[in-house]
Amino acid sequence: MLLIHCPYCEETLPEAEFAYAGEAHIARPADPMAMSDEEWRDFLFIRSNPRGTHFERWRHIHGCGRFFNAVRDTVTDKFQMTYKAGLPRPDLSAMKEAAE
Amino acid sequence: MTHFSAMSLLKNALTGHKNWREQWPDSQPKAEYDVIIVGAGGHGLGAAYYLAKQHGITRVAVIDKGWLGGGNTGRNTTIVRSNYLYDESARLYDHALDLWDDLSQDLNYNVMYSKRGVMMLAHNVHDVQSFQRHIHSNRLNGVDNRWLTPEQAKAFCPPLDISDRRRYPVMGAALQMRAGTARHDAVAWGYARGAAARGVDIIQNCAVTAIRRGPDGAVTGVETSKGFIRAKKVAVSAAGNTSVVLQSAGLRMPLESYPLQALVSEPVKPIFPCVVMSNSVHAYISQSDKGELVIGSGTDQYVSYSQRGGLPLIEHTVAAICEVFPIFRRMRMLRKWGGIVDVTPDRSPILGKLPVPGLYVNCGWGTGGFKATPGAGHLLAWTVAKDEPHPINAPFTLERFTTGRLIDEAAAAAVAH
Repeated sequence: MLLIHCPYCEETLPEAEFAYAGEAHIARPADPMAMSDEEWRDFLFIRSNPRGTHFERWRHIHGCGRFFNAVRDTVTDKFQMTYKAGLPRPDLSAMKEAAE
Repeated sequence: MTHFSAMSLLKNALTGHKNWREQWPDSQPKAEYDVIIVGAGGHGLGAAYYLAKQHGITRVAVIDKGWLGGGNTGRNTTIVRSNYLYDESARLYDHALDLWDDLSQDLNYNVMYSKRGVMMLAHNVHDVQSFQRHIHSNRLNGVDNRWLTPEQAKAFCPPLDISDRRRYPVMGAALQMRAGTARHDAVAWGYARGAAARGVDIIQNCAVTAIRRGPDGAVTGVETSKGFIRAKKVAVSAAGNTSVVLQSAGLRMPLESYPLQALVSEPVKPIFPCVVMSNSVHAYISQSDKGELVIGSGTDQYVSYSQRGGLPLIEHTVAAICEVFPIFRRMRMLRKWGGIVDVTPDRSPILGKLPVPGLYVNCGWGTGGFKATPGAGHLLAWTVAKDEPHPINAPFTLERFTTGRLIDEAAAAAVAH
């Protein structure tokens, strides 16, 4: 059972309250008409699928109902942090240095 | 290679079973091969077997970071079927089913393929219409599938409760009689034994860390934990780790890796004669020859490489089984495990050439790769040997995600995988 911190409710709650919503920070194309087939493929289908740190979206579906972003390690399933939707991708190396 | 027969069994029985020899050597890597296959699961070992047997290519190495058959080959629920909706899929999975038919004879190794039938339950009007559409489509493609009334379903699978007091009543079922189960480990072992006997090296506990390319872009070999190995052709058949391996060759794949869990009960006497899948309540169940009920459902919702998965999904799966088969409510579960499955956006595999010369892939089988093991091995071997896809796997390209010619079994199955 994952324990997930909702950055809006400021509570750490069981996985069953949340719905996974795919990789985070995939921006919708600004000018869809100008996109090539390869760019559409990258936007729609290509995912980073890393073995390690993964930036992903979750939705607190049985709570506040809001989307937020999370940083999780895909090998240990351990959450490093969660943050509100719309915020930029956190700089993890800077965070690590600050912690040290 | 020892030929297995009643005579060899008798002879060894008389000598106290002390003279059985190892079935394949634990090989160490040579400096160079004609073909390297990354991943020693059923698919990879099958490809090595068919490369050696049908195409005469025996300078082949199958490399695995763990032990052979230790990934999804040893972690699935052993179900074999081919009742897929689209023409391309029907041909692909039925090709595998044709090979399953005489696989034990071909390998001289008992893979225990049991055509006990796979029955898919319809619980609502949508299920009935969707399954009947599948049946019509299957029959037009020459794939065995038939419709059963609730009474016929009950006759075929007596533990089924077809009374109308159920929350999810059984309104009928689709039955594929050619489908069933097979012994998953035996498939890997049989292919390993057959391939090794023809000169293939099976190299275990040797992680492939990178695929190397030359100045012209073509593949030159693989970096491994046991050093660099040269090869002009590399086939990646690494299931959940495929996108990680291919990233080292500069390729980004339309894949996401999810944990798929399964569990077994304590062993009991024979009670369950077939495989039953309930897509709407969302679980499937069969009984192994050891007597355990083998139970599974969908993947966990999040990307992970943990080979473990979360307990909420197990709870959901067991709840579904108890709902469909109240008879099993007091059954105790023995163990559960997870495998990492690589899922494509359209839930159909990618099997063919990659944009890098000399690089081939067999991936994206998602939650349903075991059933296709002989077919995937056979078609991957063909593609590698001839440097072009077989007509059966020709539609399953990586390029379909650019052209838009998807084979959308995700929508066809009408259920979360």
